[in-house]
Amino acid sequence: MRVPMSWLREYVALPSDVTARDLAAKLTLAGLEVETVDELGSDISGPVVVGRVLEIEELTGFKKPIRFCRVDVGPANGTGEPQEIVCGARNFGEGDLVVVSLPGAELAGGFRIGARKTYGRMSAGMICSAPELGLWEDPDGIIVLPEGFGEVGTDAIGPLGLREDVLDIAVTPDRGYALSMRGVARDVAALYGVDFRDPAAVETAEPTGGGHPAEVDPKVCDRYVLRGATGFDPQAPTPMWMRRRLHHSGVRPISLAVDVTNYVMLELGQPLHAWDRGRLRGALTVRPAAQGEKLETLDHVQRALDPDDIVIADQTGPVNIAGVMGGLSTEISLTTTEVLVEAGHFEAMHIARTSRRHQLSSESSRRFERGIDSAVQLAAATRAVELLAELGGATVEGAYTHVDQTTPRTPIRVGAAHAGAVAGVDYPEGTTEKWLRLLGCEVEADGDTLAVTPPTWRPDLTDPNDLAEEVIRLEGYENIPSVPPRAPAGRGLTASQRLRRAVGRTLAATGYNEVLSYPFVGERDLDGLQLEADDARRVSLRLANPLNDEEPLLRTTLLPGLFKALVRNVGRGFPDVALFEMGLVYRPKPGSTRAPLLPVDRGPSAEELRQIDAALPDQPRRVGAVLAGDVERAGWWGQGRRACWADAIQVARDIARVAGVELEVEADQHAPWHPGRCAALYTRVDGERVLVGHAGELHPRTVKAFSLPERSAAVEVDLDRMEGARAETVAPEVSTYPVATQDVALIVDEAVPAGAVGDALAAGAGDLLESVRLFDVYTGEQVGEGRKSVAFTLRFRAADRTLTAEESAAARDAAVAEAVERTGATPRA
Amino acid sequence: MSAPNDSFDPVEVTPLHPDEVARMREEALAAIEAAKDLAELKEVRLAHASDRSPLALANREIGALPPAARADAGKRVGGARRDVGQALKARQAVLEAERDERVLVEERVDVTLPWDRAPRGARHPLTTVAERMADIFVGMGFEVAEGPEVEAEWFNFDALNFLPDHPARTMQDTFFVESPDGGETGLVMRTHTSPVQVRALLSRELPVYVVAPGKTFRTDELDATHSPVFHQLEGLVVDRGITLAHLRGAIDAFVHGMFGEGLRTRFRASYFPFTEPSAEVDMECFACRGASVGNPEAPCRTCSSEGWIEIGGCGVVNPRVLTAAGVDPEVYSGWAFGLGIERTLMFAHGVRDMHDMVEGDVRFTSAFGSEN
Repeated sequence: MRVPMSWLREYVALPSDVTARDLAAKLTLAGLEVETVDELGSDISGPVVVGRVLEIEELTGFKKPIRFCRVDVGPANGTGEPQEIVCGARNFGEGDLVVVSLPGAELAGGFRIGARKTYGRMSAGMICSAPELGLWEDPDGIIVLPEGFGEVGTDAIGPLGLREDVLDIAVTPDRGYALSMRGVARDVAALYGVDFRDPAAVETAEPTGGGHPAEVDPKVCDRYVLRGATGFDPQAPTPMWMRRRLHHSGVRPISLAVDVTNYVMLELGQPLHAWDRGRLRGALTVRPAAQGEKLETLDHVQRALDPDDIVIADQTGPVNIAGVMGGLSTEISLTTTEVLVEAGHFEAMHIARTSRRHQLSSESSRRFERGIDSAVQLAAATRAVELLAELGGATVEGAYTHVDQTTPRTPIRVGAAHAGAVAGVDYPEGTTEKWLRLLGCEVEADGDTLAVTPPTWRPDLTDPNDLAEEVIRLEGYENIPSVPPRAPAGRGLTASQRLRRAVGRTLAATGYNEVLSYPFVGERDLDGLQLEADDARRVSLRLANPLNDEEPLLRTTLLPGLFKALVRNVGRGFPDVALFEMGLVYRPKPGSTRAPLLPVDRGPSAEELRQIDAALPDQPRRVGAVLAGDVERAGWWGQGRRACWADAIQVARDIARVAGVELEVEADQHAPWHPGRCAALYTRVDGERVLVGHAGELHPRTVKAFSLPERSAAVEVDLDRMEGARAETVAPEVSTYPVATQDVALIVDEAVPAGAVGDALAAGAGDLLESVRLFDVYTGEQVGEGRKSVAFTLRFRAADRTLTAEESAAARDAAVAEAVERTGATPRA
Repeated sequence: MSAPNDSFDPVEVTPLHPDEVARMREEALAAIEAAKDLAELKEVRLAHASDRSPLALANREIGALPPAARADAGKRVGGARRDVGQALKARQAVLEAERDERVLVEERVDVTLPWDRAPRGARHPLTTVAERMADIFVGMGFEVAEGPEVEAEWFNFDALNFLPDHPARTMQDTFFVESPDGGETGLVMRTHTSPVQVRALLSRELPVYVVAPGKTFRTDELDATHSPVFHQLEGLVVDRGITLAHLRGAIDAFVHGMFGEGLRTRFRASYFPFTEPSAEVDMECFACRGASVGNPEAPCRTCSSEGWIEIGGCGVVNPRVLTAAGVDPEVYSGWAFGLGIERTLMFAHGVRDMHDMVEGDVRFTSAFGSEN
């Protein structure tokens, strides 16, 4: 809502020293957020004066007709001689009053006026058009001032109202009343404690008879007014003051009849419609649209109507979509002499739905959606026809239609001390009554309880807290004290929250940079991952309204986002890059149904919550990482080391380590990984193996599809599952006896995983084993074709004694025997 | 080494002969003097002063002498060993001094050489800033609550008093979620972290003091100041006798903890369906502390010379929300706030463009390290 200060001051006795900026600051704190204060015309400086055209000489021989004018500007040019000015406009004649900017003046946009030669003549100044003065667009040409506007030679900047401070208020959805000068003025008056003159206090005589007949469905409209004006002069111009106010308010002036309806809407907040009455056929009905009805609206769009739309219909069918847009066939035109003005109070919910369905948001629908005054309709229609009479020569009809089907509001009962209790401030007695009355509420005190009936223009006031807000904001939010909260002792972060932080820090410490990618993916990404048609990761939720039609799906894996971030970094000159992300993926539950919309007048039952939960997808927290290039750089120390499958698996091992969980690694074939370089990762919960993710080198097809560097590696693990495998840590006994170390080398078939050999050694070694670690893998002639040697260090230690050489040798032999048994290994000679 | 000697024949114990002892002593002293460095001296020590050195072996033979000869031999051998020990000590001191003076200097390296074989990574600053923000409240006794990102419409809107046809609901620019086959789900990408309020009230014992950091989603195109995916920190308190004054106290504590002591805050009346009364929260600009207002000589980029920075929205929990969450609004009241994590990061670290936060460029994250 744009509020010109001079207009506002018509209704509020605001002290003259209050500037627009002062007011803006005060309104903003009180809930009417002033986004900008536009100081219109501040860039215009004189001399800009009233002049009279004395003589016009038509210049010929140019591409367009040009006039050389002699204009009387009185003493304003210092000589008293007529000013000679070249002008391209043609909408004026000798004897007309015009606006003249003399050399030295500066117009809108920093346009400096000087004397210069043009079209072969000296032109000393300019006859001004509206846009040059920062006013409305006007195709006609220059401004012709009405006779009597002012003495020739006197300043025109002031009388034209070129300088105006305009507040631009971002009105919140609850404060529909502030979409009017009237509403803003009332708040301003309350805030400054000054008098308020209500522009809706229009005298409305009783009708002299029935107006245009109307039948109104009370379910969609509870007050409906039709007032006629006859003998209207459709050629009558809109006066300059009204054009200026509309322009300053951001509304384009069109024609007097339309301008008047817009003006009254800005003034009173009541959207109006004006019909060419001659085009209406018979009585009007206000009702929900019937299925299948159609209407061509003012914007030349044929619209299919819905029973949620409210229509105004005459005998021929719908002529208006109520509160949203008029129909084309009954539109007011430049020949209209009989005007019928409509002011209705339409049901907000219907207007909101209509505006949404037809994607038609208008100045009118914005106001209806937020709620307008349910009692102002007669005043608004009367104000409009009176303006048509005053400015357009029309006669106001004494007979009019006023359908009143409103029901009185029930009072809100609120404690007199409620506002203070909400704010945490001890307001003086009577504070609540004082402010609410100033806002137009009726307040009846009954002991400590107040019965408050809000005014018709405040449909937003329905609950005790709404009233509290009004009191607190008028008392000043700045007066709310700061009192530290007194929370009971908290338990700190949960184990899960702590784990996430630790995992993030660990990955960062091991070289990975965290990214937070968007969770939106497309079919192309899933194809790029080489997912089979029946892969569960293809079952994804989709956005009904994606920002990018190529990416309508919600991710079921973190990898595509990581791949894209990696490629972006490589493209920016960072070929050695390691990234990780921690975030949710969305896995729809099979057979889930629509989430119910539960009632809000009570808490949901356990069953209702279960229904909602069943409709939600699983949203496990994943950790993914991807890396390419060198993980260890080359340098003066020697060679670097390329990222490989093993780095990716190590990420999972590191995460498991942080979580204190044992990770089991096994070869697997799983997209998007290289089938020979892919590990499935498991933990155990109650002895049962649980898959927590995969890691390894990426499949060359995936590498190609995402334009990744060759041999990029990746890992993705389910942190929730990893966490599920955590168990209470029991402190180990730390023996201080010496360690006994035994190395063993075993030859096995090449297909036997080294991990299996290590597991077998560990299983066979018995309780004395402290650790087993693979330190070498060898293939070659010495061990024979198709075989490999794997070498382990076994460390033995007892809790209570120094082990003898015999004891550790026996344990080693038992370990080897188990490996031989399980893996067919032969001890290397 | 030797069995008791019954012969008592001193001449047979050659090592104890005075000449022999003197020779061993001279040999040892010469070797000590000849040692060029500490390593050689260590060898010399082993050869001439260890348990297996000739003098040590000679010392063991003393027991084999007749008692009358023992004292004399003991004196000779002991004296020799003492001389060797002293010489070793003296030579050790000399060689150590020499090492300190010469060798350590010769062994110097260029310590400015890089050793970035395996560079460290970094966490995303949004993650660490969110943790910092939450930790300030955890320090006040709050706990960290969570909720799903794909959320039921009821939690995201209805339970928060966004009525089905109210403009506030359509103003949220919501991503609506369909099932894999394009069917209706009643789900949305949560447009704010506020549904966690309702979930916290449904799942926790009263009183509730929680914050909930998390991802939120709106259909805004990515530009310098908008992103379709962004982060908020929700705060919720529901207890008996809770007022706006406690809300202001909590916000003040946050601002002081995050941006600096003594910064003022300001509430502006506003509107959110789930709070009533509602307010926008501004804090005094921590960069200029208001000095740039009306002072074109010293403009402030942080606050655009406004003196105030908007950090979020807040208000008294609408009693209708409490009702929908099964809490009796006659007994309990509360407040809630929502702070922008991107905004906080932008202000705290001068990030100017949202693109930097979403693109995953390692230069951006690296600048922040793992904790900031």
